[in-house]
Amino acid sequence: MSTATQQQREPKKVLVLGATSGIAEACVRLWAARGDSLFLVARNTDKLNAVAADGRVRGAAWVGTAAANLDDTAAHATLLAHAADSLGGIEVALLAFGVLGDSKDHSFAAAAAVLHTNLVAAASAVLWLADYFTARRAGTLAVLSSVAGDRGRKSNYVYGASKAGLSTLVDGLRNRIDREGVRVITIKPGPVRTAMTEGMKGSAKFADVEKVAATIVAAIDRGDDVVYVPGIWRWIMAVVRAIPEQVFKKLNL
Amino acid sequence: MPPGEESRTEHPAFESWGRYPVHQAVLKPLHWQGDFPAVLQGGNGGALAVGLGRSYGDVCLLDGGTLLPTTAMDRLLGFDAATGLLTAEAGITLAQILDFAVPRGWFLPVSPGTKYVTLGGAIANDIHGKNHHVAGTFGCHVPAFELVRSDGSRRICSAKENPELYAATIGGLGLTGVITWAQLRLKPIVSRGIDYEGIQFHGIDEFLDLTSKAQHLEYTVSWVDVTSTGKNFCRGIFMQGEHSQTPAPLTVSAKPKLVFPFDAPGFALNRASVSAFNALYFHKQIQPRVTALQDYEPFFYPLDAVLHWNRMYGRRGLLQFQYVIPWENAREGTVAVLQEVAKSGLASFLAVLKAFGDQPSPGMMSFPKPGITLALDFPIKPAKSFALFDRLAAMTLEFGGRLYPAKDARMTAAQFQAFYPQWQSFARYKDPALSSSFWKRVTGEGA
Repeated sequence: MSTATQQQREPKKVLVLGATSGIAEACVRLWAARGDSLFLVARNTDKLNAVAADGRVRGAAWVGTAAANLDDTAAHATLLAHAADSLGGIEVALLAFGVLGDSKDHSFAAAAAVLHTNLVAAASAVLWLADYFTARRAGTLAVLSSVAGDRGRKSNYVYGASKAGLSTLVDGLRNRIDREGVRVITIKPGPVRTAMTEGMKGSAKFADVEKVAATIVAAIDRGDDVVYVPGIWRWIMAVVRAIPEQVFKKLNL
Repeated sequence: MPPGEESRTEHPAFESWGRYPVHQAVLKPLHWQGDFPAVLQGGNGGALAVGLGRSYGDVCLLDGGTLLPTTAMDRLLGFDAATGLLTAEAGITLAQILDFAVPRGWFLPVSPGTKYVTLGGAIANDIHGKNHHVAGTFGCHVPAFELVRSDGSRRICSAKENPELYAATIGGLGLTGVITWAQLRLKPIVSRGIDYEGIQFHGIDEFLDLTSKAQHLEYTVSWVDVTSTGKNFCRGIFMQGEHSQTPAPLTVSAKPKLVFPFDAPGFALNRASVSAFNALYFHKQIQPRVTALQDYEPFFYPLDAVLHWNRMYGRRGLLQFQYVIPWENAREGTVAVLQEVAKSGLASFLAVLKAFGDQPSPGMMSFPKPGITLALDFPIKPAKSFALFDRLAAMTLEFGGRLYPAKDARMTAAQFQAFYPQWQSFARYKDPALSSSFWKRVTGEGA
């Protein structure tokens, strides 16, 4: 049990963008049980209220919510400032919103929608939070990217491109502001059993979302740089990246 | 494969705990309270909300239909630390509720023999436990819940609000709608411990005597050796317990580490091995009377320590049989059934005997009633075990008893309708979009 670490750790003020995603919700449960204060943002009010209620019952010191479509980048500054005011200052931010897209739709319109949500809108929130934390010379910004961004594959290259862009943005940002006292964490989950991956081939063998969340929460506590969850994906993706494109393009990945 | 994989395939077949019968259905998990009417669009084989599939037969199956697993709907929605009233989504498991409640000094008002059932499933089967004689069924402790119907309507159900739907849904086998959330009255504890006493008995009269002496104790249940005949006929161990009143640390249970790793071959459980087990179990307790302070996990959930223990019965699975026979015939009926089982030469591994109490359930179709209940399980050997089951079901009817749908895969439509003569009144509250393989079997619906 982690009771020892629970006792050592001061309650935090945590902002979660995309709080109704499977991985984010599992993280919310862990933070709530530790008595943290939470500000949750997601699009659907009913879902958001259910996740917030659960957090309150599990022991969160305080839970605030805002229903918002995070695709609307023009509204980010107001929304994020409101979150910071409500929490009395953000100490940890988890960016967990994103869409998978329909991998069979090869149109530009479909690609643009995925790239907008996963990369453009994410960049807008990430850069606002980077300024916020840098001004305070403190804070932890954790961003959910994906192993899918580590190499372009025929089955999900648009999603992969959005996550590749996001990983690179976040990695570069870390190199800019780590020395200013801000921890920036790139989180790259492998396949996880959540609503997003439901019905996929082999989903019964995907990683358990509770274990993934425990790994992410621990990585945020430590202030890691790049986190693969489960950890085995660091090595799987090292191998995948090493396959020559001549060979890779003939594979059915 | 990482997210974005093209091919989406059906899930593996959803199995009931007895792994018999095997029916194919499409699985569409529910994640949110608003999901149910939406997932119905496009389906025409009917639908049924299901939890962890711990019912043994076919009440959690729907051949050719759509099953709606609810376990992703597992949020806590409210808790009153002064009264112990918990509000949670219906897919939460009793194990999850215990993890939350025990460290706060609260416990389930009624515990079945496994904690791996969902709140919704516990209501739909109106489950019971070792404290039925003092606490009634699970449904007695559920003051309210929300039911979503396939027409999209959402109704709060309680003894005051929509009382007919409330009564029909408790023990209503998931057929009246989908329970989105429910309230449960927890009870206070100061320790994980149970003051336990195990007492050997020899014969039905000693069992009945121990039962009447233990009326004031919270938990009573007996294991009975159904393989022995002659002077050892109906020997067993009477187990009684109460929550310890000595304060002790209220820690969270460890997660089980053992998983039954493979399907055992069909011959693994035979009369010789089960008789040997029964003799060992009886004599494991060497003294006629043993007292101990026992943790609640082994007291309530001894089999939960090994996940997937049903694999012990192999690929063919197991049949459960559980009756209640009312007091006027309880002694005679139980002796007759145990004799029939002994005569059959089929060995039951887990035979559980208990007296039900008088407290009525709010549920219209609830199984328990005052009398003796006996639960048996057998590996499936169609030629022998089905014939025995059919004889036992007929005997149960003759003795004025009834069988438990959650544990049944064999009762006939005529038997069900005699066991539950109120079934036609119940059918008025059934949601037209919902059904189950069990319901079709015992009512002829859609046949």
